[in-house]
Amino acid sequence: MTLESLTQATGEWLKGTGPESDIVMSSRVRLARNLAQFPFVGRATEQDRAEIERFLRERIATAPVGQSLEYIDVGRLQEIDRQFLVERQLISREHAEAQGARSVAIDRLEQVSLMINEEDHLRIQCIHSGLDLKGVWEQIRVVDDQVGQVVPYAFHERWGYLTACPTNVGTGIRVSVMLHLPALVITRQIDKVFRSLHKISLAVRGLYGEGSQAMGDFYQISNQTTLGRTEEELVEQVGEVVPVLIDYERRAREFLVRETEQNVHDQVSRAFGILRTAQTITAEETMQLLSRVRMGVLLGLIGDVNIADINSLLVRTQPAHLQKLRGLELDTKDRNIERARYLRQHFEGTAPTPN
Amino acid sequence: MKCQQCDKPAVFHITELESGDVRELHLCEDHARAYLNQAEGSGGSDEPAETGGGGLTGPLTVGQTADELAVLDKKACDMCGITFFEFRNQGRLGCPHDYDQFEKELEPLIANIHGATRHTGRRPDRAVTGLPEGTEELTSVIGLRRDMQEAITDEAYERAQKIRDAIRTIEARWFSGPPA
Repeated sequence: MTLESLTQATGEWLKGTGPESDIVMSSRVRLARNLAQFPFVGRATEQDRAEIERFLRERIATAPVGQSLEYIDVGRLQEIDRQFLVERQLISREHAEAQGARSVAIDRLEQVSLMINEEDHLRIQCIHSGLDLKGVWEQIRVVDDQVGQVVPYAFHERWGYLTACPTNVGTGIRVSVMLHLPALVITRQIDKVFRSLHKISLAVRGLYGEGSQAMGDFYQISNQTTLGRTEEELVEQVGEVVPVLIDYERRAREFLVRETEQNVHDQVSRAFGILRTAQTITAEETMQLLSRVRMGVLLGLIGDVNIADINSLLVRTQPAHLQKLRGLELDTKDRNIERARYLRQHFEGTAPTPN
Repeated sequence: MKCQQCDKPAVFHITELESGDVRELHLCEDHARAYLNQAEGSGGSDEPAETGGGGLTGPLTVGQTADELAVLDKKACDMCGITFFEFRNQGRLGCPHDYDQFEKELEPLIANIHGATRHTGRRPDRAVTGLPEGTEELTSVIGLRRDMQEAITDEAYERAQKIRDAIRTIEARWFSGPPA
């Protein structure tokens, strides 16, 4: 798989399909695993890391899942290409910025990715569009079983799967859903919602993972504990709050339309107007405006645009994607100009209001 | 972990540095608030607390002293060599054996993070291979490799050879290949 073919494709999780995809962007599960016979990555020598990489690649190739995977040697990529994979959610920021031998194996649909030598020797990730935690869990369980048959995962009778950081020990599982919650943001109820999530020990992050600011009203909800409960219970823990959040967001959207229709119509139309006419625009502003337009489309206030398109633009207007699509390396100022041009071209001929 | 003053779970973990002494406090929300208010009140002046008193007097049971911490920090893993001090600094463990080596020290930390101290989820299926679920034996090769390097450095080649054979025996058992 080349990065160029990835550039032209759109990851499955951006398709805007699946249950509740008006609010739930994607469902994701990742498992942290380590080989028993090597030090954890942080304490591994350069030679250890190379051996870990080789061992995992050779072994995984013998598993059924290995047949459908293609490897990208992350350690040898240019910074812009690593950034591209981060924007695509195929690797983490930590993996992009780490040192030494490391790679990622990706399946054709971009649903499964296996990061080698991140914080743990192996991080398996599975991601689906819309709300489909059960489907994601079923898929990743099979991958984990197959890899576990050919690789000796470090396991402890009492502590379960052993990880470099004690925060992941036990199941090594992180279950997350990415939600688009613009109406809760506009009606200023979002903080209240998050405070109640923290109380039941769920974490809230922005679109691009750990430590990132929530941009464009996209939020990632995930479990914080990994030990003492089964994987199914942890999937359920995240899964059971999602319908509640969906319900809050839907009610907030209905409230906006009912109480402030002109106002909200004006807001989303202006957002759309800027995206279609701006001459220079930052990635942050683009996300914020795309978020509003996305809501406008779902509320029937903007026609002629489909959700998959908006989802795809959210990723394609990110810095590395934009540069890959244009085939040029650009500084921030030129990127903003190029981004505005890309958006104008994309929306050319679309009608600003429903027919 | 329980609050040092009542039966509620400890949610505040305070490390006090006073007159060169390190003391750890584990408190529930109520007792932590009471303690911090008290400490703030008594610390009104700019004078350093020389008595070691302030909030620390009273019925609190004091955790580890500086001496105990210093000894603990030097404790190293037999396999990968990481010290507890290094772990405390980096927040990342060195190898799977650390969970055994530092089990006593990690237990309260893990209990605090997860509210549990035992895995109840999936387990590796090694039924076909007849190997144990736990991988302690395989992890021991991390230590053996270090020993072998040491032997080579000491030019003790016979010893190095023996260690290498021991590593190979373990690896052969674990890597007999995937079941056909």
